Amino acid sequence: MMDSENQGFEEARLYSSHEEVENLDFKEKLSAKSFSNYRSAMSSLSDAHHPLSSPAVLTPADSDPLRPPPMDRDLQKPYVSDHFFSDPLHFSDVNFGPSDGNNVSDLNGVESPSKSLESSGSLSRSSSSNSEYIKISVSNPQKEQEVSNSLVPGGSSYITYLITTRTNIAEFGGSEFSVRRRFKDVVTLSERLAESYRGFFIPPRPDKSVVEGQVMQKQEFVEQRRVALEKYLRKLAGHPVIRMSDEFKVFLQVQGRLPLPTTTDVASRMIDGAVNLPKQLLSESAMAPQEVVQPAKGGRDLLRLFKELKQSMTNDWGSSKPPIAEEDKEFLEKKEKLCDFEQQLSAVSQQAESLVKTQQDMAETFGELGLTLIKLTKFENEEAVFNCQRVRAADTKNVATAAVKASRLYRELNSQTVKHLDVLHDYLGLMLAVHGAFSERSSALLTEQTLLSDLSSLRSRAEKLEAASSKVFGGDKSRIQKLEQLKESIRTTEDAKNVAMREYKRIKENNRSELERFDRELQADFLSMLKGFVTNQVRYAEKMSEVWGKVAEETSSYSKESS
Amino acid sequence: MEQERSMPVSLLSPRSPSSQPYLSVSVTDPVKLGNGVQAYISYRVITKTNFPEYQGPEKIVIRRYSDFVWLHDRLFEKYKGIFIPSIPEKNAVEKFRFSAEFIEMRRQALDIFVNQIASHHELQKSEDLRTFLQVEEETMERLRSHDSGIFKKKPADLMQMFKSKVSDIVLGKEKPVEESNPEYEKLKHYIFELENHLTEAQKHAFRLVKRHRELGQALADFGKAAKLLGACEEKAVGKGFSELGAKSEMLSIKLQKEAHELLLNFEEPLKDYVRAVQSIKATIAERANAFRQQCELAETTKLKEINLDRLVLMRSDKAAEAEVEYKELKAASEEATKRFETIVVLMNQEIIRFQEQKTLDMGLAFHEFAKGQAHLANGVADAWRSLLPKLEALSVS
Repeated sequence: MMDSENQGFEEARLYSSHEEVENLDFKEKLSAKSFSNYRSAMSSLSDAHHPLSSPAVLTPADSDPLRPPPMDRDLQKPYVSDHFFSDPLHFSDVNFGPSDGNNVSDLNGVESPSKSLESSGSLSRSSSSNSEYIKISVSNPQKEQEVSNSLVPGGSSYITYLITTRTNIAEFGGSEFSVRRRFKDVVTLSERLAESYRGFFIPPRPDKSVVEGQVMQKQEFVEQRRVALEKYLRKLAGHPVIRMSDEFKVFLQVQGRLPLPTTTDVASRMIDGAVNLPKQLLSESAMAPQEVVQPAKGGRDLLRLFKELKQSMTNDWGSSKPPIAEEDKEFLEKKEKLCDFEQQLSAVSQQAESLVKTQQDMAETFGELGLTLIKLTKFENEEAVFNCQRVRAADTKNVATAAVKASRLYRELNSQTVKHLDVLHDYLGLMLAVHGAFSERSSALLTEQTLLSDLSSLRSRAEKLEAASSKVFGGDKSRIQKLEQLKESIRTTEDAKNVAMREYKRIKENNRSELERFDRELQADFLSMLKGFVTNQVRYAEKMSEVWGKVAEETSSYSKESS
Repeated sequence: MEQERSMPVSLLSPRSPSSQPYLSVSVTDPVKLGNGVQAYISYRVITKTNFPEYQGPEKIVIRRYSDFVWLHDRLFEKYKGIFIPSIPEKNAVEKFRFSAEFIEMRRQALDIFVNQIASHHELQKSEDLRTFLQVEEETMERLRSHDSGIFKKKPADLMQMFKSKVSDIVLGKEKPVEESNPEYEKLKHYIFELENHLTEAQKHAFRLVKRHRELGQALADFGKAAKLLGACEEKAVGKGFSELGAKSEMLSIKLQKEAHELLLNFEEPLKDYVRAVQSIKATIAERANAFRQQCELAETTKLKEINLDRLVLMRSDKAAEAEVEYKELKAASEEATKRFETIVVLMNQEIIRFQEQKTLDMGLAFHEFAKGQAHLANGVADAWRSLLPKLEALSVS
């Protein structure tokens, strides 16, 4: 059988007992909702016009194959559109691998299985031999009131989520802890991480949604957001460097307000900018070295922004060779390859969604056919005058049963397929992070280049000034003063340039190590996905063949050859 | 040529001893003839038989769809009470009229139509059938265009209309007369309900065909994209995707094939079943007509009798004339009664034949359906299974 730990883990899930598989079918509908990218395709998965999973539709006299496995009896309900929201399903009933927040509220206890696959998968990769883990779940959304001293009376409300972490990593200083955070906090976290970890492939955070206040409170939106947050935090936890970051630790552990600087403090930003401005105007290039560590695009430093823009234009159109080109050929090649890869990946992902949708449609139509034939069976039996009618009714029932089974099988196949193909989506998201990391590199390079060209122009001015003042006998007081100032600028700029160079180097190294990690994980993830996908298809095709083979046998007396 | 009616014999093969009568027909070789708007499909109809009236042992003629319609309509006129096998619908969306699939479906349906007639113990004796299977194409064309005019007005209707006007006025009621036969009522109800169920089943069967096609297309598209992805990624993953893509494309073809099989072997038989039920409804209508006629003629005759007696009593000179009329009417009434009773008897026989035939037909259709699905599933399983060792190898490397 399959050797790798990863595969074994998957197998355990895939080859769970028949009963669990039946339950899987029903419960998948819940988890299916969490695959936001497949929402359209999956809307019918979670669509509760599920005559097949609702045993109440079938008469009790119907034979066994139509009666769902005993577990589902608890869930007996007639066609109710929201029935799976009101049913107290417990994922703990089904073995999904590392149990993740099962004791968290029922509805939210439904973890997205691919996440358990991914996080444990990535965990088993990154924490190779030791059994380090971080398990995060997001649950329990609650409305809270904004305690603001704003001018607007009444204040607005917002949603907070309970973030529960379980870990055995020593640096966290605890094994289980919970905090309440709101979405704004997550935005802050992602921004701080972006600053501190330039060059890393930082998983992109969930989108800010531009919706009206009322919608913000709607259950569906909140649930979607909860799921997205959980996914995001787990991805962060899966990154070997970021998971150990201070920002992350603080986010997960520190109670009360999130003690990370936010960027929403516009007023003070403006003031900062204004304070800096005269200095820049006067001394022409007084850039505090440490500011160089952030890209100009942050928008705080207009002057620098213009300079770098000018520089980049020079780089682009300059007939002369730019001071430092992106020489790393290997890097450029890799970058292009990644672009290609991303394009193709996106295409595959789209087609995968189509595939899922058609499988879904197939399931539906088989189900409808089955139901219609069941009705026909009942009808013939009730109205039968001749024996051949009863025979026909029995035959019809066989086929009907098989069609209903086929429908179930397609549905199950689909929910498994969705999980595997979700890896494609994850990597598309990761590509965003890659782009981010590469653009950090470019902007760091740009900063370095700008400073270099600044430096060279300052130096040439200093030279000229020196030459001019030396011609004046006895010294030129004003010129000497200017020269002193220039020399001061040169020193400052040189310092800044050194910082910029170091920063660029650092980011390059981050890029490189991340690319390595990315490559490795990609190979493992995708191969595992392919295997999972194919294994799944085989499994369900075999089951399908069994179902129909039986019917073919039972009706073989009708075949032309046998008569 | 007495074949026991209880045996629903479809075809007796020509291989059976020549003393056994057989009539075997096949409709084959659709060919497009003519140009533009007047283009049509012609079929080769091959008859193998040892019936004495036929030019045997084999005769081949060329027929087109409207010839089949002619045959159907004539049989319907002549054999009231018998469920005449149904022909495929006339209407076809212009765009698909000459699509390969549509042509094949129609050919199959026409083949089934003729064979059902040829294997019906009464209908196979029909002169019209013989004409259809044997006469030269020009004769057939003449007959077809000639008869299409007359058939709009059926003689029975004319008389019926006349009579019903009279009796309605006389009896002072417009309400249609109906049999009060509980068993027959049950049958009628059954037939009407059955049509609903079958139509729905056929609808879903057709959708299922469509789904197979769609899935096939999705697999093809997915395979293509996977291959492209595989091409741009050079390591193991790339190979994996390339293989996956190739398999997907291969399976897409299997699915298209199965869609076609489903259409011909499952959806069409269901459609045929629906049409058969509709044919029964037509017979039910005929029976109602015959019953009405019988009743009205009986009423009218009775009135005529009363009138005649009155005239005789009064020693009127109109009595002689009235007696002649009365005798005519009585004969017609008896005829109508006989017609009606024949239909009743035939229908009872036909219902048994129908039920038995349908059990066999559907049994076969179900069998083919299940077989096709099993075959497809096996193909899918095999294809994907063959990929696993390759993926295994890639993981290890």
